[in-house]
Amino acid sequence: MKVYASVLKIRLLIGMQYRSAALAGVATQFFWGFISIMVFEAFYQFAAVTPPISLKELITYIWLQQAFLAFIMLWFRDNELFDLITSGNISYELCRPTDLYGFWYAKLLAQRLSSALLRCYPILIVAFFLPKPYNMTLPPNVITFILFVITLLLGLLLLVAISMFLYISVFVTLSPMGSLLIFGVLGEFFAGLIIPIPLMPLWLQKIAYVLPFRWTADFPFRVYSGHIVQSDAIIGVFIQLGYLLGLLWLGKVALNSVLRRVVVQGG
Amino acid sequence: MNLYLKYLLILFKSQMQYRTSFWLLSIGQFFIPFSVFAGLYFLFERFGQIKGWDFFEVALCFAVIHMAFSLSECFARGFDTFSSLIVKGDFDRVLVRPRSTFLQVLGSKFEFTRIGRLLQSAIVLIWALNNLPIEWSFMKAATLFFMITSGVLIFTGIYMLAATMCFWTVQGLEVANIFTDGGREMAQYPLNIYQKWVARFFTYIIPFGTVNYLPLLFILGKTTGNQLLYMLTPIAGSLFILPCFLVWQFGVRHYRSTGS
Repeated sequence: MKVYASVLKIRLLIGMQYRSAALAGVATQFFWGFISIMVFEAFYQFAAVTPPISLKELITYIWLQQAFLAFIMLWFRDNELFDLITSGNISYELCRPTDLYGFWYAKLLAQRLSSALLRCYPILIVAFFLPKPYNMTLPPNVITFILFVITLLLGLLLLVAISMFLYISVFVTLSPMGSLLIFGVLGEFFAGLIIPIPLMPLWLQKIAYVLPFRWTADFPFRVYSGHIVQSDAIIGVFIQLGYLLGLLWLGKVALNSVLRRVVVQGG
Repeated sequence: MNLYLKYLLILFKSQMQYRTSFWLLSIGQFFIPFSVFAGLYFLFERFGQIKGWDFFEVALCFAVIHMAFSLSECFARGFDTFSSLIVKGDFDRVLVRPRSTFLQVLGSKFEFTRIGRLLQSAIVLIWALNNLPIEWSFMKAATLFFMITSGVLIFTGIYMLAATMCFWTVQGLEVANIFTDGGREMAQYPLNIYQKWVARFFTYIIPFGTVNYLPLLFILGKTTGNQLLYMLTPIAGSLFILPCFLVWQFGVRHYRSTGS
């Protein structure tokens, strides 16, 4: 466990070096946030029936999405790992006296954490002080906020577990493009990144609720705004835990089985 | 022009060497905007309209912008990845050749895989046009064509500006993404749904409004007043590339090699 913690720490420090890149990212995300809010505002203005999520909740949802983008984006990837697999340098990794799954998991987790830590503060702080109706609002009470933090962190752990499958699949296909595509497009859609899940048609919502993707992003953000009530949120935490343990176990089994068949061709 | 076609042909052949990868990437490019379009469709299914625009009108707008974007990404890719040319010092070689730098950088790279994205937006375009009650005339067809061309020129202009910045910063600037990717996201809806200041900025500074909003009004027959003026706006918008070209020339003169 200590090894993984130190991997996490080193990677976190490396990630924090890229400050100016993060600043550029923040600017882009602000613009993005503004544009999507204005689009939804225009849609809401002439809505015939009351939409299932209020505009205020939606705006908070969008700002949280922008602030924690690194926690929820599946295409946010480590090309280094892909290169290791395709070039055969994976053999070095296998020589290390640690479990590969844990080692990579810690590495990926650190990348996302450092990126989000750099970006979320400026976005959140500015978003709070924006003029109405664009500002973010505080959660209704303290318990909701605590629940939000728990669900967000569990969501992050869950997302890293999902993204591990991306790297595992490269052992089989040797080219990351296909899996990136499927994970990227489907995962993002069903995590509510393109349109929030409450605004999807019912049949699509049913699919989204079954898949693990929405627990990484959609769920914590709606807990924050109080759109999901506390009792449901607590049940949701257990579902998140269930998914997390299931995917971790499955990922480990899958990785071990591909590693048993891995062939490194010299070079 | 001859040289440009040669560049085009050579790079096309070289990309075709990896056929499977080419097709996979193209399919990928097809599906990425597809999910965005699906999102658009579902939003309209729920809300019905956006500030008086109905689904097919917005779909037309979406198709035009995405077509322009994919074409410019295919042909002006050289400017998009320009920072790598500077970092490696390869731009020195470009300078010693007796041809214009513009042409050479433009010809240094093409992304033919964008054909997937182009195909997707072409399908949306045809679908939208089939479902819109437009009285077609030669003028309207010409306007549609100008909209796409002008869009390509504007995106190319932004790529050029971003590339020019590299002369001073060496590193590529992520900020330019606001205007390319962000501009694309924004311009897929008609401009008048946004706040006034956004609409003004994107009409007079970066003229997306002359591509997706004013001529669209003309095609859909929503105009009042002089129609010719609306028709000519895409041409006015494409003038955007001229100052970009001048800035580029200015940048080239101030180039200092990284020497590596």
